Amino acid sequence: MTKEDKLIRKEFPVFENRNVIYLDNSATTQKPPCVLKAVTDYYEKNNANPLRGLYELSLAATDAYENARAAVAEFIHAPEPADIIFTRNATESLNLIAYSYGMHFLKEGDEIIISVMEHHSNMLPWQQVAKATGATLTYIEPDKDGCLPPERLEEKISEKTKLVSITQVSNVFGRENDIKAMAAIAHKYGAVFSCDGAQSVPHMKVDVQDLDVDFLSFSGHKMYAPMGIGVLYGKKDLLEKMPPFLCGGEMIEYVTLEGATYAELPHKFEAGTVNVGGAVGLEAAIKFVNRFGWDLIESRELDLTRRMMDGMKEIPHVHIIGSDKAEDHHGIVTFKIDGVHPHDVAAIFDSYHVAVRAGHHCAQPLHKFLGVMSTTRASLAFYNTEEDVDAFLKALSMIRSEMGYKD
Amino acid sequence: MPANNTFYNEVLTDHNMNPVHKHPIKDANMELEGVNPSCGDDITLSLRVEDGKVVDGGYVGDGCAISQASADMMLDLIIGKPVEEAEHLADIFHRMITGEVTDEEVDELEEAGILKDIRHMPARTKCAMLGWRTMDEMLKENT
Repeated sequence: MTKEDKLIRKEFPVFENRNVIYLDNSATTQKPPCVLKAVTDYYEKNNANPLRGLYELSLAATDAYENARAAVAEFIHAPEPADIIFTRNATESLNLIAYSYGMHFLKEGDEIIISVMEHHSNMLPWQQVAKATGATLTYIEPDKDGCLPPERLEEKISEKTKLVSITQVSNVFGRENDIKAMAAIAHKYGAVFSCDGAQSVPHMKVDVQDLDVDFLSFSGHKMYAPMGIGVLYGKKDLLEKMPPFLCGGEMIEYVTLEGATYAELPHKFEAGTVNVGGAVGLEAAIKFVNRFGWDLIESRELDLTRRMMDGMKEIPHVHIIGSDKAEDHHGIVTFKIDGVHPHDVAAIFDSYHVAVRAGHHCAQPLHKFLGVMSTTRASLAFYNTEEDVDAFLKALSMIRSEMGYKD
Repeated sequence: MPANNTFYNEVLTDHNMNPVHKHPIKDANMELEGVNPSCGDDITLSLRVEDGKVVDGGYVGDGCAISQASADMMLDLIIGKPVEEAEHLADIFHRMITGEVTDEEVDELEEAGILKDIRHMPARTKCAMLGWRTMDEMLKENT
């Protein structure tokens, strides 16, 4: 391990407590003590039900929550903190858009466009919207190597298209889509553009104003924050005209037996007691990311991806899904091994203490499109090391022989 | 050597790589497809049952080594046995994977008993159960 490795690894005690080569970072990342301490500090020093209490402790809780919101806004360069809605995760954010915006503003004859490579969480909500409103759901297809040229959107889009929702980085290919170009195409036709940032926000600088997306969804737990806190960014004019997603406490202004007027943004979309601990944890995770900086995070992840892919290309019967360039993978390397089912692959990896994901990665239609039943995925974070990659490669080279193959 | 790799032993990999019963059979009088949708294991099991006895059996399909080898070992065990005995063994296998079972009962399963440790891998239990579950359903439907 290099000095830099050691410096980073000491932020992740899980690797001292567990003998694991953790390569399932696209599913969730490990958590550094600074994040956990921020959560504990909040609960030990500032905990009360925020936003409503007329006493000092509740104001402290409110401050903690709203400071976290401001930190998130700054992190993705949102114009204002009020453009940030806290949710449970990216799935909930995407559902919020679908159920509040989609169900309310879409109608028969309208069109929604998404891509075949979407995670189920950016697919099923739109299927529901289409079913309920009579809008049509149109898919655009990537090339087999994961490239989705913006022209594909241009070919399908029309004045009927009211909403386009595309992932910035595919959780299978790892390839980055040209969100800025696609958002511009959507806007040219008057459509709203939603971006699924679940796999991009943890690994690169994402600037919502530069991309000019109308919505951005992401999860905290994939970027070192606790599980159960997610983010929806929305442009203010859209959020303002959207009806509430969930109703109840902390999201109203005035209630009578007949109805209610709803609270100002962002509270209109945050019904019920909110997850202050999670929000504070996410703020700490953002500080953690900023402390190391994108240059270091991206260059480490790229170097490790390259080492992994170069090694994999030397092992017979292993086939990488998507581009053969490391730059196109953002730490996500999905692959097949001839003659071995991915669940067996993952189980054998596990016997070498290597944690990888096997299955369809919540992207079943994409696997069908690629003509594979399921795949295995190794996904890196910047805390992984060359030793991790080498251990992965060593285990990978053993898998066919462990399954009884002679070559 | 890997430590907790107990179930990918030679018996299992051999049944996966060189299955004895992975082919259609002649004059099958029972057939049923069994699927694990979440992992894509998919087999079609065929049996020829005459006078209350499993005379022949085979399967075709795709899936992980555990699902395929388990189906192959099951057929090794049940071909030539009365239907009640096959159901009795299916009950033992089910309990071995998901509940309580005695050592004597595991012995009755012969080679299939090597899958005992799958119980510690909850995500894989349904792979081991696929062939047995499909057979059990089929026999219950047809008898």
